[in-house]
This record gives sequence, structure tokens and C-alpha cells, in this order.
Amino acid sequence: MFSVTQLSKSYNGTPAIENLSFVVNPNEILGFIGPDGSGKTTLFRILATLLLPDSGEVKYMNMDMVNDYKRIRPHLGYMPGRFSLYPDLSVKENLNFFATIYGTTIADSYSFIEDIYLQIAPFRTRPAGKLSGGMKQKLALCCALVHQPQVLILDEPTTGVDAVSRQEFWVLLNKLQQQGVTILISTPYMDEASLCDRVIHMQKGKILSTDTPTGLIAQFPEKLYAAFGENPYTLKNVLVSMPECKTAYLSGRKVHFTLRDENNAETITQKLAHMGIEARIEKIVPGIEDCFIHYMQPD
Amino acid sequence: MHNDNVIVVNNLVKKFGNFVANDHLSFTVSRGEIFGFLGANGAGKTTAMRILCGLLSPTSGEAYVNGYDVYTQSEAIKKTIGYMSQKFSLYDDLTTEENIRFYATIYGMNKKQIAEKTEFLLHEFGMLAVKDQLVGSIPLRWKQKIAFLIANFHHPSVVFLDEPTGGVDPITRRQFWELIHQAAATGTTVFVTTHYMDEAEYCDRVSIMSEGKIVALDTPDELKKKYHVSTIGEVFFKIARNAS
Repeated sequence: MFSVTQLSKSYNGTPAIENLSFVVNPNEILGFIGPDGSGKTTLFRILATLLLPDSGEVKYMNMDMVNDYKRIRPHLGYMPGRFSLYPDLSVKENLNFFATIYGTTIADSYSFIEDIYLQIAPFRTRPAGKLSGGMKQKLALCCALVHQPQVLILDEPTTGVDAVSRQEFWVLLNKLQQQGVTILISTPYMDEASLCDRVIHMQKGKILSTDTPTGLIAQFPEKLYAAFGENPYTLKNVLVSMPECKTAYLSGRKVHFTLRDENNAETITQKLAHMGIEARIEKIVPGIEDCFIHYMQPD
Repeated sequence: MHNDNVIVVNNLVKKFGNFVANDHLSFTVSRGEIFGFLGANGAGKTTAMRILCGLLSPTSGEAYVNGYDVYTQSEAIKKTIGYMSQKFSLYDDLTTEENIRFYATIYGMNKKQIAEKTEFLLHEFGMLAVKDQLVGSIPLRWKQKIAFLIANFHHPSVVFLDEPTGGVDPITRRQFWELIHQAAATGTTVFVTTHYMDEAEYCDRVSIMSEGKIVALDTPDELKKKYHVSTIGEVFFKIARNAS
């Protein structure tokens, strides 16, 4: 769908993205993870034809992103990270506005947007600025879809959205994928990254890895353990201070840790017992979040 | 523990016209506790938090923060609490140091105190490098730490954090929770909202709001037992499904 080659962009001499190369396969959900400032938004703005790269090339189905942007735009739906609808227009007015810009109508696109439209329809006369967080996101998605794009570019659509609304949002994304839409999405939630077909992990303007969620987990180079104890925070601090531990961090009520020498797992249990700390230790399968923490380089 | 309650709420109701945003809330929060205040978007969390911060008056019921009445002593409440809003409310066109000085001055601290504490805390937080940078040019993860530092600068007994980790990566979120744990260890009460269910597990107790009511309140372990599930995320889903 997209083919990106050696793409770079700097702001006042500070590189935002550097020599990025990757492809987007038709009809996939491609996830982007990485800390704030890793270049995700800059990349998305270039892919959405809203920002010119300094160098490199983006092809969209054999069209050039820079020269053919007018032909490409109707194919793309873009949802920026910041809520960008008109707060003083109603839900219906916002939708009509975006439909008109793309030379279409809600009625023409109805079958395409029906699932999501039905969820926001009860609020159609309410000003967009007065919607709850989850509803705002659904309206923004609906506005990005109203011209029936083939590609959706979603910049952190679920930030600040509660767990239940996020799940509903992903049900909608999966339906869109079934309708043939290709989806590019960035997210700070690692549970969402595991729902993507492939994940690109970015840091400091570069790509650290590109893989399927299972591939990413399979590549985790160390044995990962979890410790369960009465007070996870204390347990974490004790493990951090142990020379045998390479890393230790909280994950909910558990502490995840890796060892310098993988034969030392028994030693940890004994040491903890000796300190009067009761803890159960298990070897576990890492999640995407563990991969993220492992591969992210310190500042 | 019970006689050292920093927050006491009894049958608190807040209506906006016919809409009931807070429907008879009752709970207490004790000194040094990390209290997780969860709920779906629109469940009424921000309304309750604004009442407890002395920014909004309730329709009926009682609420006391540090022993001060939210109806009549909201100015006294404001002096003894710290508040970090979803939007951080820092001034982008002021430097880090100027933002700190601005807020600390509002809280009535003197110049010498402010200067000493600024230097000490920026060093402690590893942020001396951004002391003279405009806040608008600093990455989000640093802004969050600055906002937290400012919310705690006048040593409030309770600090209200409204989605302090929204949109940040797994490592930065853990660093932020390290600050929360440290503040709680020194006796500061932390009242925090979050949409990250793993963070809910870090709290001493968790309340879950749905449609203006508190429908669950206990330690994470007890809540999981009660709902027969293994994570707070699953508790949250069960409650939300019952609501809809």
C-alpha cells in the first residue's frame, strides 16, 4: 500500500525521523509504538500528505506522495492526536462538514460508516465539545471515514479513553479491516499493540524493530521471571538492589525481572526467604510491554 | 487508620440541571494512602475531584479535606492540597524554573525557600538540564514530572492527580509511579485517576465509578476475589458491562 524509502525530516536542525524505510501491506493493521518524541506523529503527518519530508520517498500504490498528493488524499482518512473537530458544531454538523469537503454526503457513505454512526447518532444534536472522551474519539473516527478512504491513519486515537471504550474502538477497527481498510495506528497501550498484525517500534526517529506481535515476543532474548508477593513495590525495590538481577520492574501486582545468570533463579528465592520476604517466582512468557521495556534505550 | 482520614465524603451529590454527575458518594481516604479513583469516561470522576479540590460546590451531602468543609472552607482546602490536571496547566512560554516560582509564589512561599527547593528538587528529579528551557519546548514525559513536582512543591498533605500518565510509554509511566510511591512513603496522600489498569494494581485501594455512583471500593486483591477474576482490568469490564 505504502512503500517508504530513506525518509527523513528535521525541525530546525533537530532530526525528527531519520532514514526510515518500511512497507505497509494492503489491508493490514500496522501499529506504531515508541516513547513520546520518537517521530511517530511526524511520520504520520508525512503519510497523510500534510508535511513535506526533507529527503526520501513515499509511494502510495505507485503514486508519489509529494507530486500526486491531490490524487492520494481522497484515499486517506486521518485522525490527528489532538482532538481537531469543531467543538461548537454539533455531531451532525461536523460530519456534514467533512463529508462536504470530500464531495460526498453521509447518506452516500452510510453503509460504510453505519456501525460507528449508530453509536454516536443518539448525540447528533450535541456540540462536539460537550461529548465524553470516548464519544469524541468515535466522532473523530467517523469524520475520518465519511469519504470511504482505503487507508486510515490514526495518531493515538485511544489516549485518555477508558478501557471499555478502547475495547469497543478496536471492535470497530476490526470491522473496518474486514471491509478492506488498511489501518496505521500509534498507541501508548501495549495491549493494543498486541492486537495489530505487525508492530513497528520507534525510538529517536529510527525503527528499532518491525515484526508481528508473536515474532516480537519470540525474539525476546532472555528468560523472564515474575515474582508474586504481599507488597509488590517493596519486592521490586529489593530485586532491583540484588546484584543477580539485571532488570526488575512492576507489572500490576507482579514484579517482572531478568537475571545476569539464568541459573540463579533458585538463589533469588533463597535470598528473599532469608530476608523474611515470602515470594513465589515463576518463569513467564513476555508480553509486548516487556519487549518495549527491554529494547528501549535509556535517555 | 480510621481517625487519620485526610478525605471524608458522605452522601455527596452533584447535579448539573437534571443530570446527576455524582450520586451519593461515600468514602474516606487515609493519610499516606494511594487511592485509585477509576471509572469510564463520563462516570463523574473529574466532577468529584473538582469538588474535593474546592473548585466546585456540591449540591448536597458532606465532604471534608484535611478537616476543612468543601462548602465553606474551600480556600483553606486549596492551600493544603496539590492538583495536577489532565492538561498539566503549565505555562508553555515560561521556563521550568519560572513555572515553579510562579506556582510556589501563589502558595505563599518566600523567594529564598523557593530558590533552594527548586535547585534541590530539579537535581533530585534529574531535571537541572531543563531548568531554563521554555516548558513548551520540553517533551511530554518531562512536563509530567514538572507538573508533579509543582503539585507537590508546597508540601501538600494530599495531591490529586487527574490522569497523570495519559499517553506516555511503559517506562515513563513506571518512572512516574516511582514518584507517586516515594511521595506516599513520606506521608503524602495520593488521589489518582488512570485508564491504565496495571496502574490500578499499584494503588492501596481502588474505587470504581459508574454512572455517577461508586460501585466498588476495596484493595485490588479483595476486589479481584470478590469478582472472581485475576486482574483489576477484568473487574472494570464486569462493572462496565453491568452498567450498559
